[in-house]
Amino acid sequence: MSLPEPGAGGPASAPRGGVNEARRKAIRRFFGNKLGVAGAVIVLAFVLMAIFAPWLAPFDPADQSLLTRRQAPDATHWLGTDEFGRDILSRIIYGARVSLGVAIGSVGIGLLLGSVAGAIAGYLGGVVDTVVMRIMDLLLAFPYLLLAIVIVSALGPGMINTIIAIAVWTVPAFARVARSAVLQIKERDFVVAAMALGAKEQRVMRVHLLPNFGATLVVYASLYLAYAILMESALSFLGLGVQPPRASWAGMISNGRNYLTSAPHIATIPGIAIALAVLGFNLLGDAIRDVYDPRATKDG
Amino acid sequence: MFSYLIRRIFIAVPLLLGVVFIVTASFDLIPGDPAALILGEFASESAVAELREELGLDRPLLVRYVDTVVNVVQGDLGRSLSDRRPVATILGETFPLTAQLAGTAIALVLIIGIPLGLAAATRPGSTVDNVIRVVSLAGLSMPVFWTGLVFMVIFSVNLGWTPVSGVGTWQHLILPSVTLALPSIAVIARMTRSTVLEVLREDFIRTARAKGISERSLLWKHMLRNAMIPIITVLGLQLGQMLGGAVLTETVFAWPGVGRLTVFAIFNRDYPLMQGVVMVLAMVYVGVNLLVDLSYGLFDPRVRYA
Repeated sequence: MSLPEPGAGGPASAPRGGVNEARRKAIRRFFGNKLGVAGAVIVLAFVLMAIFAPWLAPFDPADQSLLTRRQAPDATHWLGTDEFGRDILSRIIYGARVSLGVAIGSVGIGLLLGSVAGAIAGYLGGVVDTVVMRIMDLLLAFPYLLLAIVIVSALGPGMINTIIAIAVWTVPAFARVARSAVLQIKERDFVVAAMALGAKEQRVMRVHLLPNFGATLVVYASLYLAYAILMESALSFLGLGVQPPRASWAGMISNGRNYLTSAPHIATIPGIAIALAVLGFNLLGDAIRDVYDPRATKDG
Repeated sequence: MFSYLIRRIFIAVPLLLGVVFIVTASFDLIPGDPAALILGEFASESAVAELREELGLDRPLLVRYVDTVVNVVQGDLGRSLSDRRPVATILGETFPLTAQLAGTAIALVLIIGIPLGLAAATRPGSTVDNVIRVVSLAGLSMPVFWTGLVFMVIFSVNLGWTPVSGVGTWQHLILPSVTLALPSIAVIARMTRSTVLEVLREDFIRTARAKGISERSLLWKHMLRNAMIPIITVLGLQLGQMLGGAVLTETVFAWPGVGRLTVFAIFNRDYPLMQGVVMVLAMVYVGVNLLVDLSYGLFDPRVRYA
């Protein structure tokens, strides 16, 4: 949860050897970070799993069978079967589509709305700034999960409403990042200098603003993808999120609760998928932050 | 100090008014007629009309909002639709249980999280540091309800050390509070680590070292006190995390607190109950963060409430 201070994720000054040189250095530094590479591998694995689910899944995730109900993991069903005899591994593979889909959808919307609102607030200042940021404060006044619960319980459960609820929750974070980045960068010497030298606005944006502001946003996006997966799983576990028969990891856990004594694998195994996916995005986010703010790890 | 207090309260008040507004307006997000939805398809016209009146749905949003604010200020949170008792009374019964859970969890966070962070920060780059970093990141990544279930399978079902669920003895408190505390322990450990490393770079630490002060008194007098502000801030935010997390933990362990009440209210379409619960939880959260702000002066003499 230790998020970088908004704006702190960017390099301290404009990249000296040009954008490409800086990027190459950043990539080299990223690959030197073992945990970060591990995070990237985990994330990539889940993304591939989601895309190629129909080819990877050994069974149809919806295929029920009375004969194979609640079987512990064995050679045929590597992760066992659930209370309807459905193959848990196949359901986990298909579940990646739900979890990643909801996470990417909600963080994408949140990032877009949040950074536009924040950037406008920071750029225009004055009344607009005050109004926008007070609305953001208001959204942050709800304890974690409760705002999403209020939204979903009004709109009704389902995948789209889950995405909307989580997106609303992520908006303030991106708005704050974007606003403080715009405020900070607007005044930075290299931007002022570039403008004074007659650089076109587009160039200022591309060469100076985006690399600074972009790094922070990428870090936030990665960490918020992790939170979004957790949030979706929380809503789905409560029965407010993604609905059956769609295979969602948390939905599988929720169903498995009834068999904790006889078949604990039904409720416990899908949780490993959630934890791994979240860990992957957390590691990735941490590593990207360290790449742009090496101070954070050098000292420890 | 006093004027600062007043000013901070003036910031909190519009925030609370906004919270009440969002919760009141959420009625209008419900597709269709909430009253008809609550009563089901076989309800009579007149019953639906009556409920609409009780919920205030026959009046425009703004009127309803002003009414709600007036009522809430007087401590009236409406009546639960499922058992007809005042929402405030129901909250009075359930809130202490959630407070017990969250209080125990916060204590665990302080006792375990801060020392872990300190241990990592004082030996940066060591094996201890790396293990703490990876473990706390893992702690952050596991869904609360899942850790709860795994604990239950291990400690209640298999080892039989703790009761499976419910309330009663102190043993009932162990698994839910540990489950609730786990992600916050991870957050505080990470936060403490990075803050302490940050403070260690400050000039006054170098000065203190140069003066020949003992490492022990350096740690307690200079470092921890200065690191306390960010830690306390995050702790306040963690409470919000816990109030929300309680919804999951209480559901898993059948702990009859506010969290489970929220879920009950949603599934029974008891909107007044749900709205009351959410408003009160948000107020507690805003209140705690106000206290956190005010506590800064205790820890950092540089903070003046001018």
